Amino acid sequence: MQRYSVFDIIGPRMVGPSSSHTAGAARLAYTVHRLAGYDVRRVAFTLYGSFAETGRGHGTDKALIGGILGFAPDDMRIRDAYELAQEAGLSVELIFSQEPMPHPNTVRIEAVNGRGESIEVLGESIGGGSIRITAINGLSVELTGEYPTLIIQHHDYPGVIARVTEILAERYINIAFMRVFRHAKNADAFMIIETDHQVEEQVKESILASCQEISKVFAV
Amino acid sequence: MDFTTGKELLELCRAEGITIAEAMQRREESVFETNRREIRAQMEENLSVMEESIRLGMDTKRSQSGLSGGDAQRLLRYSREGSASGRGFCTAVAASMAVVEWNAAMGRIVAAPTAGASGILPGTLLTLGQERNLPREALVDALFTAGAVGMLIATHATVAGADGGCQAETGTAASMAAAALVEALGGTPRMALDAGAMALKNVMGLVCDPVGGLVECPCVKRNAMGAANALLCADLALAGIQSVIPFDDAVSSMAAVGRALPSELRETARGGLAATPAAQACMACAGYKGS
Repeated sequence: MQRYSVFDIIGPRMVGPSSSHTAGAARLAYTVHRLAGYDVRRVAFTLYGSFAETGRGHGTDKALIGGILGFAPDDMRIRDAYELAQEAGLSVELIFSQEPMPHPNTVRIEAVNGRGESIEVLGESIGGGSIRITAINGLSVELTGEYPTLIIQHHDYPGVIARVTEILAERYINIAFMRVFRHAKNADAFMIIETDHQVEEQVKESILASCQEISKVFAV
Repeated sequence: MDFTTGKELLELCRAEGITIAEAMQRREESVFETNRREIRAQMEENLSVMEESIRLGMDTKRSQSGLSGGDAQRLLRYSREGSASGRGFCTAVAASMAVVEWNAAMGRIVAAPTAGASGILPGTLLTLGQERNLPREALVDALFTAGAVGMLIATHATVAGADGGCQAETGTAASMAAAALVEALGGTPRMALDAGAMALKNVMGLVCDPVGGLVECPCVKRNAMGAANALLCADLALAGIQSVIPFDDAVSSMAAVGRALPSELRETARGGLAATPAAQACMACAGYKGS
């Protein structure tokens, strides 16, 4: 039996009108904002299913743009997202797709940051403002953002996981959940580590510097 | 320390001589390893956003889609000149509508338990607080009472319209609000759960049929009715009227009825009011479609 907190019932605080179509959309894009590391200069959103059908009426477009600008789901600036994107020099493209997806509220977010680095994320809004990221840069993953999360992009090679967990252990950062994903043996891979404690910038840097197989470290 | 049914909750309240609000705070501290100061501060912030949403919502002109807006203020103005149901009643109902209109206009609200049913609890509780001059601490307590009722319903039934219809959304919100109003006015835990049970019973089977899939029509008026339901059931319980069907049974029957509803009547916008010619015409002129 699932145990609900009083704040699952009274909450979240959010900009309306819909926890799935607005708050969840904002949270998905906000996660991409965090993943991008630097300010996003260019973004394309492809909306699928119910997001594509009723997105405008639910302000899904504004929520997505607001999230990319770094607004949390309860930030009233979401309402003026188009104007604020223009002021910030963020170029936005919205695509409404007919293609069927496993989950009705799905969005693909392709973003390019100020350093010219691109990231592509596929995400689902699974209800009540909760989200699930199902792919990053074409690689299948699964993360919900409910815990502080480290996402480590690396080459699939023996010993990389041990290096990372050792660094976390030294800092007394407890791992709540951990999963590893890869394209193929000895190819691109991801580690998703959900922790009980916040991971500081310094720790991210030590992980990145710890071995050459690690190419990127994101914290959400 | 935990409780998972209304029966266990009432036994706990009796054994310890405490209110539902107190029991829920003790549970939160114990199950989620937090402390009283933290959870009260968090709830206080919810209360502030609720107040803001009533205040700003009362001025909502038009929603994002153009389907709703302005009716809360219309009711409030009208009720100053006399009304069929009384001024206090109309004020609480108008406040509930204001929150949902504000939500539809991309205002900031607190889901309670959902965004679509977010008007009922703040509208009734905060209006009562103002009329009776209740201290802020009492309102925070009442939100924990409401949270306990919502938690029990979420555990044994559902609070999502897509799973259980509107009875699960505005029915649950009315049940939560009714119990909160009873405790805020000094009623016993038993009275509070009786009020919660009656509110659920009154809307048993209510379908979720939003026009165009948007949280506006009939949601704004269903929140108005949910507020009326909550106020009525609080008064029934405080008058000493008992619910023949106990709270836990009302919850499990709501779950069973929700499962029996065809998918057309569970937030898919393919049945009920959403399938009427007027709804189709209405959406065409609102031009809501993104593509």
